[in-house]
Order: sequence, then structure tokens, then C-alpha cells
Amino acid sequence: MASKLPAVDALMIGFGWTGAIICQELTDAGLNVLALERGNWRDTPTDFSPAFIQDELRYRYRDHLFQEPARVTLTFRNNSTETALPMRELGSFLPGTGVGGSGIHWNGQVFRFLPYDFQIKTQTTARYGAQAIPADMPLQDWAVTYEELEPYYSTFEYIAGISGQAGNLNGQKTAGGNPFEGPRSKPYPNPPMKQVLGTKLFGKAAEAVGAHPFPCPSANMSRAYTNPLGVQLGPCTYCGFCEKYACGNYSKACAQTTILPVLMRKPNFTLKTQSEVTRINLDSTGKRAVSVTYVDAQGEEYEQPAELIVLGAYILHNVHMLLTSGIGTPYDPSTGKGTLGKNYAYQLTPGVDVFLPEDKILNPFVGAGALGMIVDDWNGDNFDHTGLGFLHGGYIGAYITNGRPIESELVPEGTPKWGAKWKQALVKNYLHAMSLGLMGAVMPNRDNYLDLDPTYSDAYGRKLMRMTFDFRQNELKMQDFEMGKMAQLAQAMKPTSIKQTKRGPHYDIVPYQSTHNTGGAIMGANPSDSVVNRYLQHWDVSNLFVVGASAFPHNSGYNPTDTVGALTYWAADAIRKQYLKSPGPLVQA
Amino acid sequence: MPHDRLGRRRFLTAGVAAGAAAATGAVDPAQARTYHGEVPWLPHAADAPRPVRGDTYLFFTAEEAAFIETATERLIPKDDLGPGARDAGVPLFIDHQLDGAFGRAARWYMQGPWAKGTPTQGFQSRMNPAELYRAAIKAIDAHVKAARGGKTFAALTADEQDKLLTDMESGKLDLQGVDAKTFFTVLLQNTKEGMFADPMYGGNKDMAGWKMLGFPGARYDYTDWVGKQGVRYTLPPVGIMGRPAWTPKS
Repeated sequence: MASKLPAVDALMIGFGWTGAIICQELTDAGLNVLALERGNWRDTPTDFSPAFIQDELRYRYRDHLFQEPARVTLTFRNNSTETALPMRELGSFLPGTGVGGSGIHWNGQVFRFLPYDFQIKTQTTARYGAQAIPADMPLQDWAVTYEELEPYYSTFEYIAGISGQAGNLNGQKTAGGNPFEGPRSKPYPNPPMKQVLGTKLFGKAAEAVGAHPFPCPSANMSRAYTNPLGVQLGPCTYCGFCEKYACGNYSKACAQTTILPVLMRKPNFTLKTQSEVTRINLDSTGKRAVSVTYVDAQGEEYEQPAELIVLGAYILHNVHMLLTSGIGTPYDPSTGKGTLGKNYAYQLTPGVDVFLPEDKILNPFVGAGALGMIVDDWNGDNFDHTGLGFLHGGYIGAYITNGRPIESELVPEGTPKWGAKWKQALVKNYLHAMSLGLMGAVMPNRDNYLDLDPTYSDAYGRKLMRMTFDFRQNELKMQDFEMGKMAQLAQAMKPTSIKQTKRGPHYDIVPYQSTHNTGGAIMGANPSDSVVNRYLQHWDVSNLFVVGASAFPHNSGYNPTDTVGALTYWAADAIRKQYLKSPGPLVQA
Repeated sequence: MPHDRLGRRRFLTAGVAAGAAAATGAVDPAQARTYHGEVPWLPHAADAPRPVRGDTYLFFTAEEAAFIETATERLIPKDDLGPGARDAGVPLFIDHQLDGAFGRAARWYMQGPWAKGTPTQGFQSRMNPAELYRAAIKAIDAHVKAARGGKTFAALTADEQDKLLTDMESGKLDLQGVDAKTFFTVLLQNTKEGMFADPMYGGNKDMAGWKMLGFPGARYDYTDWVGKQGVRYTLPPVGIMGRPAWTPKS
């Protein structure tokens, strides 16, 4: 039997980016807040030290900071006709575990979604007609507009010290930034990162083909920075160990480097680590969450009551938690009924490798996670889609993130995968090759969804979640179009050769692509087509909020973290200003 | 700078026990804690890695070692550019990996039921990497002995070895009880890891892999270099435990 613990005002499930934001905001509002984190405490001096963090084997290939499938994983299949099998080792995406979550091992590429994204159905219909949206694409507006979210984007970007160049300041286009972005109320808090030869060559090529290059907005600090909470970050050293690693220099924004030094010292905040929440418990009406059940490292089970519960684990665990707790109606693709697990989406990331002449020495190890030049000309609805047969797009970026030698295997088309010829090609091109990549949007599809697996279970006896996902016609047509643009950009860099690598036709869970899983507990204007309302409050259980990329009704052609951060501040503000004054549904169904 | 690196090295040695616990991938009850009113920071509680000590095989039998030393050298052969996998210590690296958490698939989901699945569903073998190596090497040598009058893989010519490896890579080679293509994929990946991982794990001997490419290793600070466009980096590589030139002569 679970031991019942004394109640707290607010309980946070998961202690990554969203957990830190929610706990900071709710403790500021005077609540007693408890966070339960399944993994360990982690901090810069103890766990990310530059004495050992630059270890490619341990962090990239032995998954040291990532979720262990041995404890919890999911099953996967491309289509409902197949039998899903467990993801036995990590591959396509790398969810984190422990304090800071996946936010400690990100690259730090920080983009706002476009105004178009939040009203995608309305605007697509207005420009192209309702028939432009295929019958199998449950495209939905987000129930929040860009204009409403804008102040919260700014809040997150200032907390995280983003380095970048505004392209649209209060409606005025500004040179050097992204001309397609929505208006921002404030400039970035820090100037852009320094660019290196490879990214400059791409920028020139982009201008040559008439595109509009701008520096990637970056959570790697371009200079020393003190954020609005008084927490200090140091300048990036371009060490080349961002994504899949934590930062040893306090130079990459994450919960530890932006919020925790303040939050952890508050008397009304408590964190428990190695505490895996296995269930959210409802009262007999099914309308109110009363507690969570969690298991500690000894296997002891506890019941923790709370007045307010915020679920902010990784998106896949948010959906899994709702499914195993029996909260909401699971989506059924055969009828289209139910909402939980619906609109699961991901990112489409084909690339073009560019092999430059030997006088172009790129020193790829002088890099940073968000050191790159971007073009947004073929993203969102920034270009006319008439007759193209697909919606949305993606940004094309040229990053110099690293020269880590196990991972950096850039060899020209036709090179064998091993042996003398492989070795010669690898050595010849290591200093002279780079990649362009697409951050491609994934539109929702009727047949892409999350539910519970009938066969496999995890270390806690819960059924695993089952992911049914494939790239559909929209993604494949969009990829063909974008590959044409990328190849054109690559050729404009005057290479000796290029190598195009498409994704698909079927989504493959083996090669790393991105940790940009989205959807499954989506936001919307109506409980018939969404799990949470515009404030990320559960439609059925009003004292439960579900924050994170699980709320995205589709995935845009950008990295998701800025939008996750903005939505989290938006939800926290609604809790503080509306919910706490009058607990109950903030939107009437 | 050298002084700092020596300090780092002593610190790493002291952290071996902690690293060993962390490397298992299991739940560590000592890590479960309640934090209240503080930023916990325990000096020397760092999450240090575990370096390989000595050059003795812990996992491979003599027959297995003969296969690994030969096969990895075919995957990354010695040439004018630098040493091959054998001289770079790749077999020792793989041996220690198989003897540890990786070999046991400590982090992987290894519960049944088992099915082959589609290629997009990934690794579905019930064998962990250690078992896979053991079974595959035995099956390959048995296959070669039957076909080639008692010869082992290591006794074949380089061309014959390459042909067999190519057949494994393409899935053409049918081995008894073990999937040759799965094994080849793991072997090739581990060979590249051993060639280019930090030398503290037993491979990349004398940082030969890094020198071959021009990768400076664990330097971690290129502030002075970010503004230098198209200029070859000049400083020699360093590993996480420093580099030989920094070791005091006793």
C-alpha cells in the first residue's frame, strides 16, 4: 500500500524546462510547491564539468544523460497494420532524464513559430480554400494567437539570454534578422553569435540565390549575461559540445543556468529526485485530480495529494501519463473520435552535405549548437503553395555545431562505409565538409497517433505507449520541394561535390533525427478536438494543467523549445492571474 | 593550463569508484534525495567517467581476439594516413566495452516477446552486445572452417576477409543462429568509436585517430579561434586525462 503524504498546494510532475518555469512562477505566487523528478539531481559543477563533459563516447554513444529504455520506453510501428515493437535502444530522438530534462542536452536553436502556425487552418483556408487541406489531415488552429503569445516568447527569451538579431521589431523590418518573423516587442537580449567560415559561405550563397539569411537565434551566450532573475551565464567558448552534452561553462541556457539557482533556495519549494510518478489519481467524479502515486528508488510507493497538479514531463511521458491514468478519451483513428494521443507529429530533417575545396578550412570543431545561418524563405506560408500539393515547409540552416569525430562522418557520394577508401575520404574531407539541413514541419495525419500498447510493459508494470507514425504525402512532397532549394543553395557555395540525403519514404526510428516529438495532448478551442484548452488546462479535470510540446496541434518548421517556453509562461500566467483567484475551468466547454 | 590538466587527471583517478557506479545504468538509491532551501553542491561528488587501466583483455578469448584484431583492421586499415584499428587499440576498446554496461545492454529494454520486426523498428535481437559478439564470432569461424578446410577468419587473405565482411554488411551471409548484418552494424559502429573516442577508453591510442583528422580533442575553448577564418588549427590534441607530454617523468 502506498504511504499517504501531507498535501501540497501545487505539485509539478517532471523538472526540466517547463517544471522549472512553473515552479518558479507558482512559488512566486506564494504557493507551496513540490516537484517530483524521476531522475537525479544534476548541476554544472558536479555533472557537467569541463573536466569530463567533452566525452563523445559517454554522452552521445552511451547515452549518459538520456532516458533509459530499460526503465521506460515505447513501442513503434509505421502503420496500424503492423505489430508495434519496443524501442529497445534510443535512436531517432533522445529524451532526457534528471533535473533539467532534455533541456540540458539541447543545441540551443531558438525560434518563434510564425503567426501563421497558430491560425494555420483559418489562414490556409483563406488563402488556398478549404480543399487545400486533405481529408486525412486534422489541421487545427491553436486557440492562442501569436500576438497573445508574444510577451511570453519575450519572457522566455530574456530568461534564457537568447543571442540573435531581430528581423521585425514592433512591425518595423530590421536588417540582418529574419524578415518573415512575427513582430517582436523587444530586441533579443544579446547580439548574435560570431559566424565562422562555413556559415558565412552559406550566407553568401543564400544571398546569391535571392534568399534572406540571418544568424540562428541562440541559447549559447554570445557574451556574459545576467538574466531578469539575476542569474549569470558566461560567454560561449565555441567548444563544439552542445547537443547531447551539457554545458560546462554556464554558457547554454537550461533550467540549471537560468532559474534553479533562485528557485532552489526558496523556502516554499521542495524537489524530490528519483521519484517516478506512475499515476495521477482522480476523485470519484472523475473531474478533479486529488493526488499522484509515485515510486522512489527503493521501490516504495507513495501517494502525494495536491490541490493543483501540473504535468510537465517530456511530451511522450505527458501523453503516457494521461493514458495510464485514464484521464481523457483515447483517440481512435478508425472513427476519428477521442482526443488523447491525436495529432502526434515530429520533424522532417533531410540534409545536403557540401564538400568544399581544400583551401576552405572549416575547422568544424570550432562550433556551437546554435552557430548557424538560416533562411526562412521556404517555411510556413512564407511562399505561395498554390499547385505545390503540400502545406507548410521548413527553415534551411547551415550550422557548424561540432567536429566530434565519431559522429562527423562526411564522405562524398559513393564512398564505401569502411575500409581504405572510406578512411581516405574521411581524412580528406574532415576539415572541408559541412551540412545543410531542413527543419521540416510535420502536419497532423489521421493515422499518426499515440495509444497504449497491448503487449509490452515497463519496469513499473505500466503498459508502454505505442507510437504509430510515418511520413505522409504532405511531408514527402514538401521534402522533394525543399531538397531542390537546398541543393540549389549548396551548389551556390561552389563545392567540389554535394550529397543529398532524404528521409523516408518511411519514418525510421533508428538514426538520430531530432528530439522534437510533439502533440498527443493538444490544445484547442473545443473539447471535441483537443485535450487541453488555450491555457493548457485539461478540459475534463480543471485542476490539472499539461504543459509542453504535447500541446502542439502540429509541428512547425522550427525547433520547438521557444514555443514550449512561451506556452509554459502563458499557462503559468493564467494560473496566477485567473485560476488561483477562482479555481475551475478557465474556458467553458 | 598544464597545471590545470594535471589536477584534472588526479581528480579523475579519485573518481573511479563513483564512475563505476554511474556506469551501470541502474537506479542508484543513493541519488534519491529531497532538496529544500538550497542548491545542493557536494564537492568531489562529480559524475566522473571510468578510464580503462592496463592492456589486458577482460572479455575476449584468444580465438575471439584473433577475429576482432583482424576484422577491425580490415574496417579501418593501416595506411599512409595513419595506423589502423589494431594499432590504435580498437580491439582493447571493444573488449572493455563488452565487459561493461554496454556489453550487458544495461540501459536497453530487453523484455520479450521477441520478433524480428521491420528495418524501421530497429534493434530487436534478444542477445545483448556481449552475447552477440560471442555468438557471431563463433558462427563466423565455424562458417569459414567448414568452407575453407579448417581455416579461421583470421587466417584468410585480406581480400577474402573483405569479401566476407561485405557479405555480412549486405545481409548475404547466412550464419547459424545469429544475424550477420546486425552483428556487422554493431561491429562497425564500435570500431569507429574505438578509433575516435577519448583515449581513456583504451582505443585512439596516442590520439592517432584525432591526429589523422585534425581534431583537437578535449580542448573545450576556441574563443581565440572563432574569428580566424580558414586557418588551420595548430595546437596538438589533448584527451580528457591530458596528453603524454604533460605526464611528469619519474
